[in-house]
Amino acid sequence: MNFSRYLIRRLGYSIFVLIGLSILVFMIARLVPGDPARAALGPRASEEAVEQLRSRLHLDQPIYVQYFYWLKSLFQGDLGESLFTRRPVIEDIKEFLPATLELAIFAGILMAFFGILFGVISARYSNTWVDNLIRVFAYLGIATPAFVVAIILLLIFGMYFEVFPTIGRLSAWIDAPPKITGLLTIDSLLTGNFAAFFDALKHLLLPAISLSLGGLFQEARITRSSMIENSKKDYTYSMRAYGVPERVVISKYLFKPSIIPTISILGLDFASLMGNAFLVELLFNWPGLSRYGINVMLRKDVEAIVAVIMVLGVVFTVVNIIVDIIVAYLDPRIRLVEKGE
Amino acid sequence: MKEVLLDIKDLQVHFRVYGGFLKVLNGTNMRVYSGEKVGLVGETGCGKTTTMKAVMRILPKPHGITPEGKIIFKNKNVLSLKTQEIERLRRNEISMIFQDPTAALNPVFTIGEQLLDVFRYSKKNDGLKGKTLKQMAVDSLRAVALPDPERILASYPIQLSGGMRQRVCIALALANQKQLLIADEPGTSLDVTIQDQILRLIHRLAEERNMAVILISHSLGVIREWTERVYVMYAGSMVEEATTPKLFSQPLHPYTQALMECVPRLTGMKTNEGIPGRIPDYFFPPTGCRFHPRCPKKMAICQEEKPPFYQIDDNHQVACYLYKGES
Ligand SMILES: Nc1ncnc2c1ncn2[C@@H]1O[C@H](COP(=O)(O)OP(=O)(O)OP(=O)(O)O)[C@@H](O)[C@H]1O
Ligand code: SF4
Ligand SMILES: [Mg+2]
Repeated sequence: MNFSRYLIRRLGYSIFVLIGLSILVFMIARLVPGDPARAALGPRASEEAVEQLRSRLHLDQPIYVQYFYWLKSLFQGDLGESLFTRRPVIEDIKEFLPATLELAIFAGILMAFFGILFGVISARYSNTWVDNLIRVFAYLGIATPAFVVAIILLLIFGMYFEVFPTIGRLSAWIDAPPKITGLLTIDSLLTGNFAAFFDALKHLLLPAISLSLGGLFQEARITRSSMIENSKKDYTYSMRAYGVPERVVISKYLFKPSIIPTISILGLDFASLMGNAFLVELLFNWPGLSRYGINVMLRKDVEAIVAVIMVLGVVFTVVNIIVDIIVAYLDPRIRLVEKGE
Repeated sequence: MKEVLLDIKDLQVHFRVYGGFLKVLNGTNMRVYSGEKVGLVGETGCGKTTTMKAVMRILPKPHGITPEGKIIFKNKNVLSLKTQEIERLRRNEISMIFQDPTAALNPVFTIGEQLLDVFRYSKKNDGLKGKTLKQMAVDSLRAVALPDPERILASYPIQLSGGMRQRVCIALALANQKQLLIADEPGTSLDVTIQDQILRLIHRLAEERNMAVILISHSLGVIREWTERVYVMYAGSMVEEATTPKLFSQPLHPYTQALMECVPRLTGMKTNEGIPGRIPDYFFPPTGCRFHPRCPKKMAICQEEKPPFYQIDDNHQVACYLYKGES
């Protein structure tokens, strides 16, 4: 089996996952008690008007037909209207998703980079004070929920050292770059607006640290233990025995197989990072989808809730596809061997 | 006079474990002359691989230690070489074929990547271009009789059969001209005909390149066919040494005799149940002769002190008190 066949199969699986997700989400939307048509028109509307709306919304059809109508409107970008913002949900998503994506991607990069870095340092100096220090931080980092880290950072940087901003995505006196991707750092780079770029980066730092810390130390621990385990394998000794210098043995022949487990769990860590984003965005007043999600949930805004879940589901799926592709690229045992062999 | 290539003197290797040490090697002695083929036999766990890893200085760090002993290779003590010197030694003088070819190949790099690096970092090939290195890699695969070297260079270990992996390992080990090759149970994991081909290949390469070989094996048959001199090892040290024909015609050490008893005889009807008992615990090894708990001929003295080698004649020595008076 070659790489492209693996890719096709992997994408095929994701389509099934997405179909499953859409059915689940549709069920949630429809199982909410009460008649949506009645709810929309209010208690005083005539039975006739309600009946008319029911048939316009296809609510009088069998449930699987309703599902296909729902799916069709989904593909047309029609996600209904939010009771909370009083406008099409798709508009809300377009507005809030980029902020969350930017935060999550930045946090994800911190998590992967520093997780692997700390793991390698810990393994290289295992059982010395450096390793012990990292391990103590790891226990703290894993045990402390993201929102607690956020509060601590807010206290430290909001009240004592006002070096990093603690609210929003951009300072008021900075001109926002024109909206291209919606990710401020990228848009400001694209338009050459470096003042905005650094300002956006500064705003990203604290919420991203709060979000990434738990996953970061998880990754560090996994990297450390797989490096130590692989360092006992014959293939590390054999390269050494054939005169390959120690630095190459470590940075190449030990490093690559050791980061594969770390990268494999990045997808999961990214998912929990998105979950933690709900509270962290609220705390940093980050105008993102998670904060929006919490608001619409508190108001039982069904259409908007459904849309948020669906969007997050798509983001997870895409992240997991990317992670799987990287892993398969790094590990021939995955891409070359048929499943079940 | 033959030139002594490798001289292991009273080598001890301990592994630090929770609460103490596993005292695996307790004074191992071995001598290899240039160009000769020496066998090393012994039960599983007796320390054959550990001895050879000590020679290559690839014992696991930091818990594998060599508290005592010397490993003299061409008048230099391997144990006290500096990093650069030991790397040079591994590149140009001694090499080792690992016991398990699958484990010895890195699963996430192609054979080409690994083979090319071994060529690239050998000092002799300093500054050679990719093309030349690749040609060297192709030639080295041809030398171990692998067909279609180009395809193998582009393959990952899982894409090759066990026999091919074993040949690749030999190619890796012999990337440079070496003076001593340590072959740790080559081909044991393969079926008998392929194992035979592998041994034949090693023999041929050793003859062509005038290399000394230490051949480790469980199989007395293999030892008898492919070696000139044999060391028998038991629980961390050598118990008998003789030229191969001599050892088979006149085994002296009770352990060697027991080993020979275990070899299935084609003619006999007797079943073989192996040597009674098992290799001792290295945490609390037996005192004196480590074989004494299993030895049918043990005497009072055997539990007190480790028996030294007694020279029976020019090419036969044995570490057993039974032969005290004969040297
Ligand atoms: N890294 C290690 N840590 C602790 N103990 C070890 C280590 N490596 C080897 N040992 C122990 O040393 C003893 C000798 O092992 P070694 O691999 O040298 O045996 P062997 O003679 O090569 O056996 P086999 O024929 O099975 O390959 C065994 O009891 C083993 O458990
Ligand atoms: S020294 Fe004693 S115990 Fe050891 S093999 Fe000889 S007779 Fe047996
Ligand atoms: Mg072994």
